[in-house]
Amino acid sequence: MSDVAERVKKIVVEHLGVEESKVTEDASFIDDLGADSLDTVELVMAFEEEFGCEIPDDAAEKIVTVKDAINFIQENT
Amino acid sequence: MRRVVITGLGLVTPVGTGVEYVWKQLLEGKSGIGPVEGFDISDLPSKIAGSPPVGNAAEGGFNADEWMAPKDQRKNDRFIVYGMAAADQAIMDAGWAPQDEDSLERTGVMIGSGIGGLETIYEGALTVKERGPRKLSPFFIPAVLINLVSGQVSIKYGFKGPNHSVVTACSTGAHAIGDAARLIMMDDADVMIAGGAEAAISRIGLAGFCASRALSTGYNDTPNKASRPWDKGRDGFVMGEGSGVLVLEEYEHAKKRGAKIYGEVVGYGLSGDAYHVTAPPEDGNGGYRAMRAALKRAGISAEDIDYINAHGTSTPLGDIIELGAVKQLFGESVNRVKMSSTKSAIGHLLGAAGAVEAIFCILALRDGVVPPTLNLDDPAPEAEGVDLVPHEPKEWKVRYALSNSFGFGGTNASLILSSAS
Repeated sequence: MSDVAERVKKIVVEHLGVEESKVTEDASFIDDLGADSLDTVELVMAFEEEFGCEIPDDAAEKIVTVKDAINFIQENT
Repeated sequence: MRRVVITGLGLVTPVGTGVEYVWKQLLEGKSGIGPVEGFDISDLPSKIAGSPPVGNAAEGGFNADEWMAPKDQRKNDRFIVYGMAAADQAIMDAGWAPQDEDSLERTGVMIGSGIGGLETIYEGALTVKERGPRKLSPFFIPAVLINLVSGQVSIKYGFKGPNHSVVTACSTGAHAIGDAARLIMMDDADVMIAGGAEAAISRIGLAGFCASRALSTGYNDTPNKASRPWDKGRDGFVMGEGSGVLVLEEYEHAKKRGAKIYGEVVGYGLSGDAYHVTAPPEDGNGGYRAMRAALKRAGISAEDIDYINAHGTSTPLGDIIELGAVKQLFGESVNRVKMSSTKSAIGHLLGAAGAVEAIFCILALRDGVVPPTLNLDDPAPEAEGVDLVPHEPKEWKVRYALSNSFGFGGTNASLILSSAS
């Protein structure tokens, strides 16, 4: 598992208060991890903070799963 | 008219968390006022306040994690956490956990706050200024809105009845109880979770009340002496924070389910001063009319009142004006009433004060004892002829208790509580 993936999962665990084992790469923030739409906005902000990048709103809308987040960050940092 | 009784109580206060623990501290004359911690106070003239002592609820302490998951605490200002903690206690105490749709739709919430998420607003403003609007949390607004205690309680328990919130500065808690009782009387609900919550002890909150010259500044080295209602040495109020929440219930509804009934809300009076933003008129007319209206609603006269839990904030002006209004209303019977200010022990909980103090009245009714006014060493001359219960609690049969709350803006509320018979 890449360093980015580990850091993304750690943020998800902290922000959504879910168990680490549930945060698989295919897990959807809303459907599988109990997030609501505001939680996903906060998650994106936390990713920006952690990785020092900017995730525009149209890109953020496409980040639905853990894998989406990892891919976006790997491609844009 | 439908009768409204009290079937559950919950408290978070500067002398502790949990109703019985707090009451014991109060009767033992403990003070919850101490040095302010957690932020810079070096340039503030008032350096003391009353914050709920940290610890587990089983030992009378406040541990936020016991009441709200850490991930959710980040999404709520502290006043909401306090309100949730007091509401949880009250609902558990009342044993009211309905699952059927009809009961849920007949249960509402009315928990207010004087200022709401002040510290979170302060921090949010700094974030926007220093780091830009994109860095502001999506939870910023729901974390600070005053009605979000009511909102969060309804979401947690599924209460789908009236969802409302009061904002009348230091009268908030009393207005919430009175207005919630009226919703039950008017058949809009059978059960209301009502009260107030406040968490304004922050750099901006303390600075604001210092700027309005409202706070005690002469007792920074002896914090537990600072709140001294009616004493000649009083020099302003002491900020406190926490929450008081009650379960109000229609009498037949409570009786039918065999609920424990603490007492009844029999009187409620409201008035406005139409005078000044922070000072009451010298004749205390607003407070006088609120008390008189509550008596009229209760169908009793002043001599029936056994105990007054005063607004009594320890300010030079307000304490004497309230005394004057009580003397005017009570006439000769002022000689037999007991009147104390529990703010002497816990400070001024602003929007939570009226609810916390209504709970103290209920406990005075239940136990036949009235809590003391601490630090009343040398009473002001105007106190002559009124038993202000200095230093020690007094055993005293209380049939009717009156609780006063007066707020900035000139907003007054008086509640009369009695044992339900």
